[in-house]
Amino acid sequence: MTTFTRGFRGRRRGGDDRLPPGQYLTEDFPVLSAGPTPDVPPDRWEFAIHTETGQAHRWTWQELMALPYETPTVDIHCVTTWSKLDTTWQGVSLDVLFEDVETAAEYALVHSYGGYTTNLPLEDLLDGKAWIAYRYEGEELAPVHGGPARLLVPHLYFWKSAKWVRGIRLLTEDWPGFWETAGYHNYGDPWREQRYADD
Amino acid sequence: MPMTKWRVARLVKVRDENPTARTLVFDVPGWPGHVAGQHVDVRLTAEDGYTARRSYSLAAPEGVELTVQRVEDGEVSPYLTQDMEPGDELELRGPVGGWFVWRPDGTTPVLLVAGGAGIVPLMAMIRARRAAGSGAPFRLVYALRSPGQLYYADELLSPDPGVAVTLAYTRSAPEGHARPPGRLTAADLGPYGEADCYVCGPTGFVEAAATLLVELGHDPARIKTERFGPTGE
Repeated sequence: MTTFTRGFRGRRRGGDDRLPPGQYLTEDFPVLSAGPTPDVPPDRWEFAIHTETGQAHRWTWQELMALPYETPTVDIHCVTTWSKLDTTWQGVSLDVLFEDVETAAEYALVHSYGGYTTNLPLEDLLDGKAWIAYRYEGEELAPVHGGPARLLVPHLYFWKSAKWVRGIRLLTEDWPGFWETAGYHNYGDPWREQRYADD
Repeated sequence: MPMTKWRVARLVKVRDENPTARTLVFDVPGWPGHVAGQHVDVRLTAEDGYTARRSYSLAAPEGVELTVQRVEDGEVSPYLTQDMEPGDELELRGPVGGWFVWRPDGTTPVLLVAGGAGIVPLMAMIRARRAAGSGAPFRLVYALRSPGQLYYADELLSPDPGVAVTLAYTRSAPEGHARPPGRLTAADLGPYGEADCYVCGPTGFVEAAATLLVELGHDPARIKTERFGPTGE
């Protein structure tokens, strides 16, 4: 049974077929973080992939900048119900970073400066689906949005796109991250509206 | 978990906090209860089936009470603050959020920092403290533009024993107010010993306030933040 809200009309907006269920369009870029914005100067920045066998692959900021980059234009969807279309980023595809990584792991736990974590299947990071992004709309990525660099994995709710990304740990078993242990969905597909744990 | 179930919520009472903000009290059969600081998802459905959904913080530790700030060009807040009347219904689910919460069993000092409408979940914490008879020392620093923007005036102008309230007016202060109007500074927030810090407000405000707290020596791991609205506000 549907409950109608008397007198509510709402405002229809275009572009609905690009909006996952329950999302609304915003022109702004809202911010959601659980704590203070960490201060990570690029000269002390490092990114690492740790495999399940204990091997580490590391990149300094300069090394990251020297890698081939892409400039994806993507739609992003936040679990708090805003979506933003056609956002343009610059970053290094995870496919590039994983080129020399040998692993049999199926799961990834992403961790950030400041202590944030989020988990996702490794396959969701590969095949052109994810980037380490360091520019947004042609500008350096602002600290409040995750600068100097954040994970960008736009096909999942945006909490999976960890700000201030520091590394990825490859695991043979799934290990829930920060919001995933706080009642949010383990996978977070916006098109299946996987917001909360039992959605 | 009962959290994801949509429930029908019937508006039973409204209370204007100031000219642009209204508190709405709902009757929600089967509501499972919540912890101060949590929020709800609200869903409104128009006659033709169009729906809009928003998140709002719960303003009180018991019952489903929301305070909504009207955004002039908003889609949902003008309806909630002007048109919705007692007896009208919407759908709601929750409680949501297990991080930005305060539980009344704590005795640790608490520092609450609110910017504008960010007062709502912090007020729920102050009310939870009162309801539980908690003796945890509380301090609230509430930044707001002008006296006409104040929420919860009755409770905040004569606060509970053990709750120290600083009103930091940023544009215009009432006559005789000791602090001259101006943006939040370290002097407003300190000195205060080790505390669990909760900061809520627009993004720019939360960034500034959390940075001040870190500079004052607060452990970043004990600063919890909740932000809303566009950047650069």
